Amino acid sequence: MQRTLFAALAGAIFGLGLLVSGMTDTTRVQGWLDVFGDWDPTLAFVMGGAMIPMAIAWRVAARRRVAVLGTALPLTQDRKVDANLVLGSSLFGAGWGLAGLCPGPALASLGWGGWGGLLFLLAMVVGMVAAPAAKARIDRITQAA
Amino acid sequence: MIETDWLWGLVGGLMIGGAAALYLLVNGRVMGASGIIGGLIDGSGRDAWAERLAFLVGLVAVPALAVLILGGADTHLSTNPVVIIAGGLLVGLGTRMANGCTSGHGVCGISRLSLRGIVATVFYILVGGIVMVLARHVLGWI
Repeated sequence: MQRTLFAALAGAIFGLGLLVSGMTDTTRVQGWLDVFGDWDPTLAFVMGGAMIPMAIAWRVAARRRVAVLGTALPLTQDRKVDANLVLGSSLFGAGWGLAGLCPGPALASLGWGGWGGLLFLLAMVVGMVAAPAAKARIDRITQAA
Repeated sequence: MIETDWLWGLVGGLMIGGAAALYLLVNGRVMGASGIIGGLIDGSGRDAWAERLAFLVGLVAVPALAVLILGGADTHLSTNPVVIIAGGLLVGLGTRMANGCTSGHGVCGISRLSLRGIVATVFYILVGGIVMVLARHVLGWI
């Protein structure tokens, strides 16, 4: 019960932060990516602002080792840079540049995003369903090479 | 209004980072939007489904309620269904192949100087910028 309560709280604060920062507005995101247009620096402030509490949280986590609700903190890092990371991030970037939405803002803006927002989310879910098979195939190709 | 945009960005960013810090230190989990929803979709996150679902309910319902009361929000999403569908498919496929998006790789990864987080962020910003500029200034799609 406590776990779900704090998860809902984290989701709520995350969503309100995305709304307040303007990240649920695609013109802001695309305005930041558009270095040849009327460049909008807001996204850099959002990213920078978000790093501050998280950098502190990782330091606290390293000392605590166990979360408040008893779970072991995820302190080991996966350092493997592989084809799926690079190709996946590139595909994600292409979609992000095209539509101006990433997964968090797509969910947070569902309430006022209209049919377009819903269509984007449905397409995103379809892409997520297809991902495990695509990922396994890329792994097989890169291992064979 | 224009000159305070960066301040709202900073305040919203601190809230995003605060939510991620809460999720890490209280629940013991990395706050990645694509991983939380993706784990429910492909079944890989079955063990923590209630937590994931609760996070998504808070993420969708609370901003919706705020906008319902205060108004004034618009996503300004393209009205071209091809752009919307292609964008959604690429975002869903890419984030799950790379195991993270702007929140997981960007916010949570870079703040611990994760090599994977930094590489992912360089690629999605670089490709995002190229596709954005091509689609707007060369092809005129958006």
